[in-house]
Amino acid sequence: MAEIAAPKAAERPRNGRWRARLAARPEIILSPILLVLVLLIWEWGVRLFQVPSYMLPRVSNVLFGLYQGFAISPFSRGGYWLNGGVTLLEVLLGFIIGSSIGLILGIVISQIRILDATLRPYIVAFQCLPKVAIAPIIIMWFGYDISSKVVMVALLTFFPLLVNSMAGFHGVDLDRIELLRSLSASRWQIFWKVKFLSALPFIFAGLDIAAIFAVVGAIVGEFVGAQLGLGVQILSMNAQMDTAGSFSVCIVLAVMGLLLNSAIRGVQRRVLFWAPSETSQRAINV
Amino acid sequence: MSIDAAPLRQSQANKSTSFIAISGLSKTFTTLQGDRIEALIDINVAISAGSFATIVGPSGCGKSTLLRILAGLIPASAGSVEIAGQKVAGPRKDIGMVFQSSILLPWRTVLDNVMLPAEILGIPRDRARSRAQELLRMVHLEGFDNKYPQELSGGMQQRASIARALLHDPAILLMDEPFGALDAMTREQMNLELQRIWQESGKTVILVTHSIPEAVFLGDDVLVMTPRPGRLAQVLPVALPRPRGLDGMATPEFGALTREIRLLLQQKGTLD
Repeated sequence: MAEIAAPKAAERPRNGRWRARLAARPEIILSPILLVLVLLIWEWGVRLFQVPSYMLPRVSNVLFGLYQGFAISPFSRGGYWLNGGVTLLEVLLGFIIGSSIGLILGIVISQIRILDATLRPYIVAFQCLPKVAIAPIIIMWFGYDISSKVVMVALLTFFPLLVNSMAGFHGVDLDRIELLRSLSASRWQIFWKVKFLSALPFIFAGLDIAAIFAVVGAIVGEFVGAQLGLGVQILSMNAQMDTAGSFSVCIVLAVMGLLLNSAIRGVQRRVLFWAPSETSQRAINV
Repeated sequence: MSIDAAPLRQSQANKSTSFIAISGLSKTFTTLQGDRIEALIDINVAISAGSFATIVGPSGCGKSTLLRILAGLIPASAGSVEIAGQKVAGPRKDIGMVFQSSILLPWRTVLDNVMLPAEILGIPRDRARSRAQELLRMVHLEGFDNKYPQELSGGMQQRASIARALLHDPAILLMDEPFGALDAMTREQMNLELQRIWQESGKTVILVTHSIPEAVFLGDDVLVMTPRPGRLAQVLPVALPRPRGLDGMATPEFGALTREIRLLLQQKGTLD
């Protein structure tokens, strides 16, 4: 900036606030600049070095593919509306089914000591298995329609909730339980008034992971065997060397995952207002 | 019993009415390796209604174990505890507990934390609310009803936990090193507050501490305990007038008592 014109008196407060915000959080301007810069380099790099479009498409082609996918009739088998809708349905159904079963089992197992001790080695062993490896078996069992993908997503979201809720219930501060016991509280009261809420940060960390896994599960399931869905579309675009199209589908998938994730974070902010943020994140592999 | 109707008490030398009677009490823990650890051996003591008893001793002398047996949280191995002629067999509704940390639930406001015992014991909500507000005034936390525990200082949190322990109007208040985590100056302030709360509420208080001055300052009787195995070495009556002020800690009488306890613990070779 070579010269800064003195702002008029009326403009000063607004400008000043903007500048203060920018000084405190420069990333609000740096992040978008970085994105634009990368996209520009990509676009011009591809043109300059004449990269074949099936290897790396131009950004403009990807964006055009995105436009084409959505501009088409919502019921067309080649469009993003129908395929995206199918994938989203699989993700949501599987997520709800898998995470609820995982949570409920996690609660039951962690409350009954003998069950916990008996099952723990198998849970650990199963957790180490890459769940996507059994996708072909799932497709064989449940067929090419949507149900096999829902099962796949449910399977992938089940474990984060199971493992995290078990960890959460084990980590409950014993002092809190002792406090309720000293008041002659029942098991039921101890569970609802202390244990469940104490475990909630872990449960939300599990939901966070599950949301990401859910999209992974749906796409892998669709890769292995499906008639509709964004995964199917990626495969067919790949077969036609429509790399720009594949890229555009990936953008749709990223947005889908982002929306699911921010929905969960939104609920989390309201429910877990009392917990320090980013508590007890647990890493679990796919 | 209402919290403001309490007579000023002098030191309780007279033990004719024993409210809490501990007789032949022993506790043995078995470790996972099968070793037996004798935490308490043959404790006999009587505590009269409305008095303030302090239990002092080094760590590992079983004083917290004793308190947890009194609260009915763990069973005794031998002997018995009777409260008002009734054997303690489990958690009781006439006991309020204050722990070393305040254990306020972070998702509840201060008022809701104080009202927790009402939910457990089925006390009507509006009655519990007005009592909770009254108690918060008593512990000088008026205006903090709708704050969350995280917004309070350590001393304020512990005061809230005292209010919580008093909500269901228990006859007995058991306190397990309640001020151990506080800095020295806050601690002295809390001792003064506790003396006032006790005098206003008329409860029987048993307080565990490892601070000899705190035990003498607060107690009508000081139960001195020695470790390995945990025994009750002596019960010392404290005949200092109430209410006691902090400057009372500089008097020769106070000094004599603390010295006596220190000597008692040194004789048993427990202070290294």
